[in-house]
Amino acid sequence: MSEDQTVTIEVDGRELQAQAGAMLIDVTDAAGINIPRFCYHKKLSVSANCRMCLVEVEKVWKPLPACATPVADGMKVFTRSPMALAAQKGTMEFLLINHPLDCPICDQGGECELQDVAVGYGSDVSRFVEGKRVVKDKDIGPLVATDLTRCIHCTRCVRFGAEIAGIRELGATGRGEHMTIGTYIEKSVDSELSGNIIDVCPVGSLTSKPFRFHARAWELVQRESIAPHDSVGSSVNVHVRRNEVMRVVPCDNEAVNECWISDRDRFSYTGLASEERLTRPMIKQKNGWMETSWHDALNQVAQGLKDVAGEQLGALVSPSATLEEMHLAQKLVTGLGSSNIDYRLRQGDFRGQESAYPWLGQSIEALETLNAALLIGSNVRKEQPILGHRLRKAAVAGANISFINPMELDMNYASSQLVNTPAGMVDDLAAVAKAQGASGDIIDSAEVGDAHKAVAEQLKTADNASVLLGNIAVAHPDYSLLCSLAAKVAETSGAKLGFLPEAANSTGARLAIRTDGLNATAMLEHPRKGYLLMGVEPAYDFYNPALATTAFDKAEFVVALTVFRSPTIEAAADVMLPISSFGETSGTYVNAEGTWQSFAGAVSPKGETRPAWKVLRVLGNMLDIDGFDQDSSVDVFNEVKETAGDRQPDNTVGDATDSERKVAAGGLTRIGDVPLYAIDPLVRRAAPLQQTKDAISASIRLNAREATRGGFAEGDRAVVVQDGNRAVLPIEIDPNVPDSCVRVPAGLAGTEMLGGQFGEVTLEKA
Amino acid sequence: MANEVCLRTLGLDRPWDIDQYRSIGGYEMLKKIFSEGITPEQIIEEVKTSSLRGRGGAGFPTGLKWSFISRNAPGQKFVVCNSDEGEPGTFKDRDILRYNPHQLVEGMIIAGFAIGATRGYNYIRGEFIEPAQRFQDAIDQAREAGFLGENIFGSGFDFDLNVHLGGGAYVCGEETALLESIEGKKGQPRYKPPFPAHFGLYGCPTIINNTESLASIPMIMEKGGQWFKDLGVENSGGTKLFSISGNINNPGVFEISMGTPFFELLEMAGGMKDGRPIKAVIPGGSSSPVIPGEQMMDLTMDYDSIQGAGSMLGSGAVIVMDDTNCMVKVLERMSYFYYEESCGQCTPCREGTGWLYRVVSRIENGQGRPEDLALLDDVTEKIAGRTICALGDAAAMPVQGMLKHFRDEFEYHIEHKRCKVGS
Repeated sequence: MSEDQTVTIEVDGRELQAQAGAMLIDVTDAAGINIPRFCYHKKLSVSANCRMCLVEVEKVWKPLPACATPVADGMKVFTRSPMALAAQKGTMEFLLINHPLDCPICDQGGECELQDVAVGYGSDVSRFVEGKRVVKDKDIGPLVATDLTRCIHCTRCVRFGAEIAGIRELGATGRGEHMTIGTYIEKSVDSELSGNIIDVCPVGSLTSKPFRFHARAWELVQRESIAPHDSVGSSVNVHVRRNEVMRVVPCDNEAVNECWISDRDRFSYTGLASEERLTRPMIKQKNGWMETSWHDALNQVAQGLKDVAGEQLGALVSPSATLEEMHLAQKLVTGLGSSNIDYRLRQGDFRGQESAYPWLGQSIEALETLNAALLIGSNVRKEQPILGHRLRKAAVAGANISFINPMELDMNYASSQLVNTPAGMVDDLAAVAKAQGASGDIIDSAEVGDAHKAVAEQLKTADNASVLLGNIAVAHPDYSLLCSLAAKVAETSGAKLGFLPEAANSTGARLAIRTDGLNATAMLEHPRKGYLLMGVEPAYDFYNPALATTAFDKAEFVVALTVFRSPTIEAAADVMLPISSFGETSGTYVNAEGTWQSFAGAVSPKGETRPAWKVLRVLGNMLDIDGFDQDSSVDVFNEVKETAGDRQPDNTVGDATDSERKVAAGGLTRIGDVPLYAIDPLVRRAAPLQQTKDAISASIRLNAREATRGGFAEGDRAVVVQDGNRAVLPIEIDPNVPDSCVRVPAGLAGTEMLGGQFGEVTLEKA
Repeated sequence: MANEVCLRTLGLDRPWDIDQYRSIGGYEMLKKIFSEGITPEQIIEEVKTSSLRGRGGAGFPTGLKWSFISRNAPGQKFVVCNSDEGEPGTFKDRDILRYNPHQLVEGMIIAGFAIGATRGYNYIRGEFIEPAQRFQDAIDQAREAGFLGENIFGSGFDFDLNVHLGGGAYVCGEETALLESIEGKKGQPRYKPPFPAHFGLYGCPTIINNTESLASIPMIMEKGGQWFKDLGVENSGGTKLFSISGNINNPGVFEISMGTPFFELLEMAGGMKDGRPIKAVIPGGSSSPVIPGEQMMDLTMDYDSIQGAGSMLGSGAVIVMDDTNCMVKVLERMSYFYYEESCGQCTPCREGTGWLYRVVSRIENGQGRPEDLALLDDVTEKIAGRTICALGDAAAMPVQGMLKHFRDEFEYHIEHKRCKVGS
């Protein structure tokens, strides 16, 4: 019987059509026939261990698990016959004998699969009079709480680790009743997707540590939203109680995030409770910051902006701002006679002709179907974890995934990594292009090695290949070169060129913001008299924080529309206007695949904060600029839709292969990647995320050879000097960093005064 | 007829040595297969004729099992021998490994040739240190003599063997848990289908047979399937190894024809110790339901006879008990075994075995309740037939057997809070 044959089966007297070989439970689920289950999960392999989905199949003497029984033509199934019910109730009784039944104090209470199914299949009295099993809880890190006594051993969490997260951090050790879920050796679960085990756990064995004991499921109101931390735009449900965001969970969206979200999207809400939250407008005065009224603050801002109107005004907008906010910011800047507005705060190179509307080059789902991919300057697993998961699926299915990066990555699938200095990355990419037969200045002089040939061959022979540029590439001082070379590689191999945009609205920003004035770096290199900052922290959100800090310092007037106050904002700004954060505002993000995703606020703005679009709208009115009479964010949205709704994504880039190379080829080059929990102000304040292993603190990472050369040892403190600025940081020996490089990540406390993410540095003894 | 197949080397001075094995015609059959061009199909046909049934306990026809493998399908295939011998009361395979390892090696090579496998594994119980060494030595000798390795006797057929020692889990005697264990994973049974014949070791087509089954193959090939079949009775061909233990004078392993009366086996084992009356017999390893002694004395040792009495021939582990045994105590010990050895994977077995043990233990310790026997009946019903592998059934059946035949002892225990035996 071939796989695509349709068969007819009968379930509880109902005739159903199904694919031959499909598992019975999938067929009944599709038909809306409920069969109770615990271990089955649509995204995980079948383990058939819970025995809850046992059903009667005609001519079979014993009940069969629906999750592991392939349908065959003419099969007659009874899901509620005496045999089936006896088996299901029997399993239920077994599951409950050792389950603590502590529902009143269990966080899962009210949203527990065991509880739900027990209502239908359990008994009201237990015949088990023996002592119940007790299992010692394990500390698996700051995100997931364990209550292993409640575990029903379905192994969904184990299979999630092995099959989705791609690292087997959890396993079931011990036999029989002594079987327990754990890490075997005491350690934390560190996957960037680890929070999903909370969702797959059908009971209260794995629960959210930050959310624990804060609310009951039935007190929560669920509101849909879009995650704000990467260009995936995962669909999430924000759970709200009494106007407070209590937690964030995934919302099924097969095309985008399936049923998963990254830990960053799940736990970043904890940053909303930060003590640094700015809730009232503030004005800088001689003797410090003073709280003030919106009226006074806005008046001062209007006056300040008027004073610096014209090209002396620069606006720097977070790429996580909504389309509506960006649109009004653009209008305001234009209305004030300036053309200087940018959101590409971390871009290292603005030469060459950038693509008009950069995007993934394909749908997010399509990443799974790739046969080969070359990722340039990307740690996709940590930068866009859900895209990393899609690529992992492709790799597991046999795709060849290659990377060109300035450091070796810790991957969760087999891949080939070309690791080189930032300068060498350009050479590597040029060599791949040359191996494919492309030509051009820089390509012709490249030296082609076996690794380059292999990558070139894989891209060329694959039916479905893609060349993708990531966050590290964007910050590379020769980004324009990398883009041009990537385009050549894509062109000659027939692969799709794609970008892995950095932030939630990096793609959408192109639709709302015209970058025909000074770019982000130029605005800082040629300081403006006045700046409008929206959603950014000077020391952490710019390619060159030292440059940014100095520019703002010198400016006559700086207004910061900000969710948080912090020393770096306070130093830069003259007025701080408190804006609403994630969950509090409505708006639209355009994700990596070009999908416009609008969302409403889940809670009302905290304190006196206002959604940024409203603040901008009022400022527009006060400055007598036309076109600021929208009544809702939907009105703003409609304007954007009208002007940019028809724009099609376009990854065409100009040829800049003859450009001069900017990145230093000699000396020590800094690798200033941004760790995944340092990417924006909200994440940086999410305390549980900051306690994870991925939340590294600033240090100087270099390999043992470089350390020996400089006379440094692990744990030493050293001075890293960049553009004359100095930072004292500990040395860490890291074999993943290539020779002639030091990895000093950006966006972290301690790196505020350093220069460009990929600049030249020297090391000195402290 | 005794010691004609697997234990035919017992009379030899050093039966584990290749020269001595060859002195009685060992490895001649293998040579003959190659020299006379006997085909795999003919081998499988001969094994089918012999009516050899799996000696590990389930009694599945060996020839039929082999015929499930599509031997011409491309890719690796495996022969796996199950020498995990963990069933309480069973110690027969140990003696094959100790006293006739070469016949097993020869049997595995023939099996490999029959199904087109080039690699075999013998999964040996971890505690069998001396037997495993004997088998390893036999492999080494066979390789040196050219029976293992590449292009065996110019036949173009490659075959080699590996020993894999178990780690002490009973469940690894279950064939798919055994495969997982060889693969280096936790020994947990796989859900079937797919069966190992299609998806076995490392996902390749695999046959898994018991030590005794595979060691019988050379004799079946040498003397013919019909000869083997005629050694036994209808539906139970050949001879069988019985490991008999308990309250008897001379416990040990006996290879006798299928269909031999139980009382003859008991006589071979020296009869009841101290002449005490026979109370009960567990005929096929601890998983098989107990049979009252007087009923057992009328039975013959073959599949149908024992099955007719409501039990199973199983692995041929005969545990004989006299009237000093308290059946509640006996069951407590057996239930503890299954409670400890459940792999924990699927719910009914993981939870049910512990429940059974605790209830039986409570009865044994004078804390039984009147409703406990009905509870035991019910719990065993909810385990049996609802688990991934047969361990759940194995845990349920002894309880069911005991409650069927010795319910009065359990009732006495519950009522009087003490043992009926000796009171």
